[in-house]
Amino acid sequence: MIALLIRDLKQATRAGGGFGLGLAFFLIVTILVPFGVGPESATLALIAPGVLWVGALLSCLLSLDRVFALDFEDGSLDLLATAPIPLEAVVGLKALAHWLVTGVPLTLIAPMLGVLLNLPSGGYIWLLASLGLGTPALSMIGAFGAALTVGLKRGGLLLSLLVLPLYVPTLIFGAEALRRGTAGLENTTPLLMLAGITAASVALLPFAAAAAIRVNLR
Amino acid sequence: MSLWEYANPKKFMQTSAVVLPIFAVFALVTLLTGLVWGFFFTPDDYRQGATVKIIFLHVPAALMAINAWMMMLVTSLIWLVRRHHVSALAAKAAAPIGLTMTVIALITGAVWGQPMWGTWWAWDPRLTSFLILFLFYLGYIALWEAVENPDTAADLTSVLCLVGSVFAILSRYAVNFWNQGLHQGATLSLDAETNIDNAFYLPLLAAIAGFVSLFIALVLLRTQTEIRRRRMQAILARERLG
Amino acid sequence: MPDLGKYAAEVGIAYGASLTLIVMLVIVSWVRARRMRRALQELEERRELNGKN
Repeated sequence: MIALLIRDLKQATRAGGGFGLGLAFFLIVTILVPFGVGPESATLALIAPGVLWVGALLSCLLSLDRVFALDFEDGSLDLLATAPIPLEAVVGLKALAHWLVTGVPLTLIAPMLGVLLNLPSGGYIWLLASLGLGTPALSMIGAFGAALTVGLKRGGLLLSLLVLPLYVPTLIFGAEALRRGTAGLENTTPLLMLAGITAASVALLPFAAAAAIRVNLR
Repeated sequence: MSLWEYANPKKFMQTSAVVLPIFAVFALVTLLTGLVWGFFFTPDDYRQGATVKIIFLHVPAALMAINAWMMMLVTSLIWLVRRHHVSALAAKAAAPIGLTMTVIALITGAVWGQPMWGTWWAWDPRLTSFLILFLFYLGYIALWEAVENPDTAADLTSVLCLVGSVFAILSRYAVNFWNQGLHQGATLSLDAETNIDNAFYLPLLAAIAGFVSLFIALVLLRTQTEIRRRRMQAILARERLG
Repeated sequence: MPDLGKYAAEVGIAYGASLTLIVMLVIVSWVRARRMRRALQELEERRELNGKN
């Protein structure tokens, strides 16, 4: 199982693997926002939590269609489906790999981008906490979407249409946790809900995703 | 006589041929009754003015938007467990109807809020939830269209419907949480049912009955079309194999 | 026509849009149903003529 994980990580980080694309996109979006809404610091500080969360969420989307596509195309997904490791575990590992390669880096550079958007100083710890808790859910939900669309050529756009509505609860609780924490308010509820969503997604979605993959491999 | 008999396409076609016109006529009658009565023969609300008339469209449409999705959920489950094609096709048939109902609920809901909000749209928790439901419908329909193999499409969309339902409920809770915080606007309760007057109650019931029958009639009609389409594709495929 | 007062536009849009959408949905569903029935009928008649089935 570890070997599988390492293989996926290597695949994602080698040249042409798209690593860094998500980070670059996150950066670009963050830079574009002030051009769109004006450079007024107070405005930026107000919208920074939301913009950072939306930016991270969209950046996660970028590499989702690769989660299963490469293995599907060269037939390895068939092998994995019939291997002794349960397909559900394979799905979980691929989601984990996606998180390690996309979610974690996004979370780590977010504070820098927070500076660009004038995020108040109290917010940085909550930025890390909310993204850290929420990005695994984004990867897992995204993996489910990728499993649904793996058989489609050009499934990327449909993948976004399917996944983005599923992202809404995560986004709401994540951004609220960040916003309230930044303002110094009590944010335990959204943080707990966020953790709950991540836990439930990781526990249950692999089954749905594995079912979808089996359907697509028929 | 078990309900499962209708899972047989032939039986479904025979029965629906008889039943469809009945629902269609009933829908027409109740809709006209409810809407005409509601539009012309009910008083204005002292606060909302004539916009209270929108209730006769908004409430039934919103109800059907949710019920359509629930019907799709049930039929998707039946497909996944018992592999009855009629069930999968009924879900496919219901989706555009549910989508239309959602759009009607959104438009009427937004416009009804005008007197309270002073704008054409507000991120009211109810409306926002329907906006999310709209996106779920779009995704579901798009997935059906994108997948070539009909059985694969049926399977994938069923799984999407299941997972989507869980997230839809979760979203409802999340949106309520999201909007209760710092939003100081008027929390308009479009739940006029609680303080609804008798004058409104009966035409509203008629309108609801009309929308329900309309939904049933349209689902029957569209499922017939899907069954025929499936049969055509099967024949053509066999011919191609020669 | 009842006096819709200052909310005439709102009520008008609500009713106009909703009824239009419903009518369009019914028409589209009906036209598709008819087309499909006719197409299937023609296909099956053709097969009968060719002696298949």
